[in-house]
Amino acid sequence: MATSLAIIGATSAIAQEVARIHASRGASLFVTARSPEKCAIIKADLLARGARQVDTAVFDAQTDFNTRDIVREIAAAQPECCAILIAHGVLSDNTLCAGDEHRAVSDFTINATSVIAVCTQAARWYESHTFPSTPCIAVISSVAGDRGRGSNYYYGAAKGAVTIFLQGLRNRLFKKGIHVVTIKPGFVDTPMTAHIPKNPLFASPQNVARAIVRAMERGTDVVYVPGFWRYVMLIIRLIPERVFKRLGL
Amino acid sequence: MSRIESWGRTPQVQHRDIVNLQWRDALPDIGGMSETVLPFGNGRSYGDSCLNDGGVLLRTLAMNHLISIDEEALLVRCESGITFAELLSVLVPRGLFVPVTPGTKMLTVGGAIANDVHGKNHHSAGTFGCHVTRFELYRSDGTVKMCSPAENPELFSATIGGLGLTGLITWAEFTVIRIPSAFIRQENFRFANIDEYLATSREHDAVFPYVVSWIDCSVRGKGLGRGIYMGGSFTPVERDAFNEPPVRTRSLPVEMPSWFLNTLTVRLFNFGFYHKQWRRHSRFRVHYNPFFYPLDAIHGWNKLYGRAGFYQYQCVVPYATAPQALHELLRTTAKSGKASFLAVLKNFGAMSSPGMLSFPAEGVTLSMDFRNEGGATLKLMNELDTIVRSAGGRLYPAKDARMSKDHFLSSNPRWDEFRKWIDPRFSSTFYRRMAD
Repeated sequence: MATSLAIIGATSAIAQEVARIHASRGASLFVTARSPEKCAIIKADLLARGARQVDTAVFDAQTDFNTRDIVREIAAAQPECCAILIAHGVLSDNTLCAGDEHRAVSDFTINATSVIAVCTQAARWYESHTFPSTPCIAVISSVAGDRGRGSNYYYGAAKGAVTIFLQGLRNRLFKKGIHVVTIKPGFVDTPMTAHIPKNPLFASPQNVARAIVRAMERGTDVVYVPGFWRYVMLIIRLIPERVFKRLGL
Repeated sequence: MSRIESWGRTPQVQHRDIVNLQWRDALPDIGGMSETVLPFGNGRSYGDSCLNDGGVLLRTLAMNHLISIDEEALLVRCESGITFAELLSVLVPRGLFVPVTPGTKMLTVGGAIANDVHGKNHHSAGTFGCHVTRFELYRSDGTVKMCSPAENPELFSATIGGLGLTGLITWAEFTVIRIPSAFIRQENFRFANIDEYLATSREHDAVFPYVVSWIDCSVRGKGLGRGIYMGGSFTPVERDAFNEPPVRTRSLPVEMPSWFLNTLTVRLFNFGFYHKQWRRHSRFRVHYNPFFYPLDAIHGWNKLYGRAGFYQYQCVVPYATAPQALHELLRTTAKSGKASFLAVLKNFGAMSSPGMLSFPAEGVTLSMDFRNEGGATLKLMNELDTIVRSAGGRLYPAKDARMSKDHFLSSNPRWDEFRKWIDPRFSSTFYRRMAD
């Protein structure tokens, strides 16, 4: 169990639940959010739930990845912290992106480019230091990244880029004993999906969070949450493109 | 999840919009909305007091952050969307407990204040509102009002039991209690009829901080109102005092056909429940979960009543008129053959509630469930109303979808005083039933 965890994008419902599980175990946390008010709300919540120490940083992934090494800031506050969960992102509106290339690029920057940047910072730091426990880089990708679908390929392309990047990173860092965990949630009932009508496929953020904590402890390479998505996506990936392009997905 | 309904699943209404609140630093501009709004927690109110037909609901469930826990002063401050379940998962391991809890832990703190909920310890601790020290209220004009017995005391008093009509509670502070363990020493006493209930409760209510009685209302004649009096208090245990034993929760994924709970199955259930307690008196130890929240073990138990949903009927009658009124209420119910699957009796204590519209008053409270069978069910409840009214009693808005405006207004003398504090942009289906 990580006694110290950093979370980028801690305002996400899933990330908050992960942080709360660690807080209830008395862990130290370093969390980032875009606004100082939300940093303060999250910090108080985690301390009240039993976190030993909570540090915060105001960090806007869309722009700040260019100018700041957020992992260095984490290391400065909590030198022992060798587990990071990258949870920030936006659910792109495919129609809006299709009509506005600036929006498409800006969403891609948040969902993919900035994630790759922070992972690169984390990998550099973890490789060059020794830690009491196994370092772990975990990223919330998505089942949407497993295959491009007509209804959400802007979001899917960014998540797909992240998934492939993590495959390569895992392959390289394996020899150095660093875990890279790719998390692929299906539908989760969060404010991000508040506008979508719910069906039984939706998982609760609490359940997804428990699966993430378990995967990070075990160093699981790729985890689908809930697990049945592994098989759903297997079938979806196996459909020949000639057939797939005709489907309204 | 997407269709909003109250716990009784009747009435079914359409909302214009559901707004999910998550951050108290970024609340929506209520004054700028075209429709009226109503805060909505976890939908555990039974009738229409948590609904706003044609309007907007402000869902608070994701606004669920703790702000502070002061273990010295025994004060908790948290946002209004946090559920008691979540709160207890943090409090109990530290040897703390909520001061008052109703029979479910799935409600939110905001809902507990808006309905000024009561629990098994009403006779010893009053309502939840008695333990609220302050809260912040967000009004539709964009202002934020700090409310406590010292600051904005009228708004404080209007909001406790105010059915969400005075504004949005963003966060609240209340006292908590210390407990020696997560376990309850429970004692059960069987009573053969309603007179024995009154005698038993007179004798034992002072002994137990927590008391509730289950009654079988399918039996007529001599055994009218027979049941089991259950008293309990937190008790020290030798080890693992605050461990959570694994809870087996079952869920009812689909609604049962409407005939599932019929006269026969209800009689069988009640017969079994009564005769399981084969000794007149028994004593044992239980975890707080089965003691306080037996029904939470079955998620979605409200679907037992089938598609049309059900009504809950909860009244309180003063002690002076209680013996006769209870006889009549139970006789009328038993005679109708619509015997309630779950019927509960409890004595309310003398401690007065801070809320202008708080339901509890000194006396005996009876609550029963009735499957919604349309006109026949409404007719039965109207008959019960007549008995309650002539006994000088009243009904619980949190559980109501059909009481008459006349009865509500005549049994809530502070209604006119309360109305002054309603936020002009807040409304509910229940409110419109009482005000129009």
